[in-house]
Amino acid sequence: MDHFARLGMPAMLDLEPADLDKAYFSRQRQWHPDRFVSKPPEEKAKASAEAAALNDAYRTLKDPLDRAVYFASLKGVELPGDGKTIDDPELLMEAMEVREALHEADTVEAVDALAEKARRDMKAALSGLASLFLRDDKPALRKALLRLRYLDKFAEEARARRMNLERAKA
Amino acid sequence: MTLLEIHEPGETPLPHAGEGTLAVGIDLGTTNSVVAIAREGKPAALHDETGRALVPSVVAYPAAGGVRVGEEARLLMAKEPRNVVASVKRLMGRGAADLHTVAGVLPYEIEPGSGETDMVKLRIAGKPRSPVEISAEILKALRARAEAALDKSVERAVITVPAYFDDAARTATRDAARVAGLEVLRLVNEPTAAALAYGLDKGSEGLYAVYDLGGGTFDFSLLRLEKGVFQVLATGGDTALGGDDFDRALAERMLAERKRDGLADLIDEGAVKAALALARQMKEQLSDREKTSGRLELGAVPSFHAITRAEFEAMADGLVKRTIEIARHVLADAGMAASEIHGVVLVGGSTRVPLVRRRVAEMIGKPPLTDIDPDEVVALGAALQAEALTSGSDTLLLDVTPLSLGLETMGELVEKVVPRNTPIPVQLAQEFTTYQDGQTAMAIHVVQGEREMVADCRSLARFELTGIPPMTAGAARIRVAFAVDADGLLTVSAQERTTGIAQRIEVKPSYGLSHDDMADMLYDSLEHAEEDMTRRLLTEARVEARRSLLALDTALAKDGALLSAEERGAMDEARRRLETATAGEDRDEISAAAEALEALSKPFAERRMDRGIREALSGLSMNDLERRVGE
Repeated sequence: MDHFARLGMPAMLDLEPADLDKAYFSRQRQWHPDRFVSKPPEEKAKASAEAAALNDAYRTLKDPLDRAVYFASLKGVELPGDGKTIDDPELLMEAMEVREALHEADTVEAVDALAEKARRDMKAALSGLASLFLRDDKPALRKALLRLRYLDKFAEEARARRMNLERAKA
Repeated sequence: MTLLEIHEPGETPLPHAGEGTLAVGIDLGTTNSVVAIAREGKPAALHDETGRALVPSVVAYPAAGGVRVGEEARLLMAKEPRNVVASVKRLMGRGAADLHTVAGVLPYEIEPGSGETDMVKLRIAGKPRSPVEISAEILKALRARAEAALDKSVERAVITVPAYFDDAARTATRDAARVAGLEVLRLVNEPTAAALAYGLDKGSEGLYAVYDLGGGTFDFSLLRLEKGVFQVLATGGDTALGGDDFDRALAERMLAERKRDGLADLIDEGAVKAALALARQMKEQLSDREKTSGRLELGAVPSFHAITRAEFEAMADGLVKRTIEIARHVLADAGMAASEIHGVVLVGGSTRVPLVRRRVAEMIGKPPLTDIDPDEVVALGAALQAEALTSGSDTLLLDVTPLSLGLETMGELVEKVVPRNTPIPVQLAQEFTTYQDGQTAMAIHVVQGEREMVADCRSLARFELTGIPPMTAGAARIRVAFAVDADGLLTVSAQERTTGIAQRIEVKPSYGLSHDDMADMLYDSLEHAEEDMTRRLLTEARVEARRSLLALDTALAKDGALLSAEERGAMDEARRRLETATAGEDRDEISAAAEALEALSKPFAERRMDRGIREALSGLSMNDLERRVGE
C-alpha cells in the first residue's frame, strides 16, 4: 500500500496540510499502541506495525520536498541516495559557489540573507514541479528534485552556521 | 537482559498483569519523586501521613541495616553521607565520563572498574550498587505509598522520563521498574505528561511549549493541541543540565570561600554532599528573598556564607541561557517562531527560580503558565495516561524520538536511519553492502546522537551479522531495520536479503544492563521479596475482611430477623473477632477469623436466599416468571 492510500488521500503533489492531519489523526486513534495496552501480543504487534506505517506515511507526505520525491518515485523517477555525488555540472557549480559564500559569511545577517535566498529558490522550484509532473518530463523532474534536495541541505547548513555564530557572540 | 532484546513486540507481559489492580502515574525525578492516581479524568497526587506529595529521591543504606527512602534517607545524609545517595537519576544508563564533580570531587563513590564502557556503579555502605537497583528502591517506596493510600495492590504504572533520555537511560528506567515489581504500561516523556495535565484541564488548542527544568535534566518540547490530540512537533534538551547545577555552582563558591579564608579542608565525598545540601537550601530561599546566608558544618570549623539574589543570578545565567538556546533550536527544528506559541508551561522545581521565569517570558513574549504545581504536574499527567491506558480514553498522545539513531559507516561516520523528531512508533530500514570481495561478516554499531562522527555520539550496541555468503564487494544487500516502540525503546535487526541463509546476530550490550547484572538484581530483590509478599498478602486479607464485614452488616440490617437470638450472639462474637484481627498484623489470624465468620453465616445466607426467592416468586404469573428469567 502506498503512503497516499494508507492515509486515504488522493495521490497528488499538492495536499492540504489540514486534510492530511485529519486523516492521520483519525487513523492513529484507531491504531496507536496506547489503544492496545491490554490486548493480546499479536494484536499489539499488528497495531504497532500499522501505527509505524502511518507515521512513515504522514512524515513523508507532510514535508513538501519529501512528498515530491515520493510522488516522483511512484511515477518512476528515482533519485540517487543521500550523500551520493551530484552528477549535474550546473548544479555542482551553483552548490560550490553558495557553499563558499556561506563559509565566508561571518555575521548572522549575512547567513540569514543566504538562507532567505535558498528558501525563495526552494519555493520557486517546488511550485515549478507541478508542470513538470504534468508533462511527465522525467529528466527535468530528476534535475529539479536533486536541486531541491541540495537547497534543503544548504538551509540546514546555514542554520548550523547561524547557531555557531550566535554562540560565539554570546 | 541485553539492550537489543528488550520489548520485542509479542513478548508476554509480566505475570499478574491483573485486571482490577490499579495503575498509577509516577514521576521518578532527580530530586523528588511523586506518585499520583487518576479516577474519571481527575488526577491527584498521593500524600503521606504528613500531607507531603514529594518523596525526595534519596536512598539510604544505613549502618543499622535495611533501606530508607525519601525524607528519612535525606535526614541521614548529614550523619552517614557515605551510606546515602541522591540524584541517582543522573547516573541512569551513564558511564563514569558523564559525571560532574564539585571541587574535583564526585558526590558519589564509584565502584572501581565500572562505568568505562558500561553503566557506572556506586559503592555504598561497602557494597557495589547499580543506579537501577537504587532507583528501584525509590519505585518500591512509591508503590508502597500508593498501596497504603489506596488500600489496593498496585502492579502497573506509567513512568515518566525526560524527553531527551537516550535509549540506555530509558532501558535502565524500565529495568528499575521491573526490579520493583511494577509492570510499565508506558514510558511517557515528562513534558508530554505535563501538557496532558494542562490540556485536559483546560481544553486548550494551538501551539504550546513545555519548559521542563528538573533537578538534573532539561527538556523543551513543542506540542500542538487539537481536539484531544497531543502532537509533539519537536523536542530537545540536555540530560546533564538541571537545578543540581545551580547547587553545584553555589557549593563550589562556598568551598572556594573556605579555602580563601585559610581553612584547609579535606574535600571528600561527605564534604561535597554537605556543601550541596546547604547550597540547595540557600538557592530555594533566594526564590523569594533578595539575600540569604547559611552555615556550612565541615571539619572542625564551620563557616558562614552569604549570597544575594543578584550574585546567584550572575552564577546561574550561563545555564539558563543554555536552556533558552536549546529552546530556540527546538523551535527552529519545528519551523516555528516563538511568537506562534500560545502558552508555555513551566515544569520542575527549578522553574521557581525567578531568573528562569524572566528568561522564558522574554523568549516567548508572554508570562508562562504556572497554575499547576510544577513539582506535581508531571505525575498528574502520568496518572491521566495510566487511567487512559487501562480504561480507555479519547485522548491521543503522539510523541517523537528525541535523538537521531544511526549506524557507524566507513571512516567512523554516522549514517542516520531514524532522524530526531520522527513520530513513534517507527520502523525504518536502510540497506548497506559489503565493501570487500568475499566478505562474510559485517560489524553493526548502533549509535544515538546528532553529530557526524561516531566518537561524538552515544554508542548503544554493537553486534555482528555473520554467515553472509561470499560475494563480490557491493553485491550483498544487508538490510538493517530500526524499530522504536511507543516507549521510545529501540530494537535493531539485520538481515542479508539476497540469500535465504540463516543469519546469526550477536549482541553486545554496552550501556544497558548485562544479563548477569539483571539476574543479580532480581536475586537481590528476592531477599526482600518475602517481606514484600507478606505485606501484600496482609493488605489483601484486610481488604477482603473489610468487604465481608460490610456485606454482613448490610445483610443483618435487612434480614436480621431470620436469626435466633443465640445465632445472632455467636455471629456478633465472630464479627468482633474478625474486626480485631483486621486491625492487627497477623494475616493467618485474619484468615482464620474470616473463615469462622463465613462458616457461621452460611445458614443465614441460605435462609436469606430462600426468602429472596420466595419473595421474588410470590405474586408472579408464569409469564412474568419466564420474562424475568429471560432478562
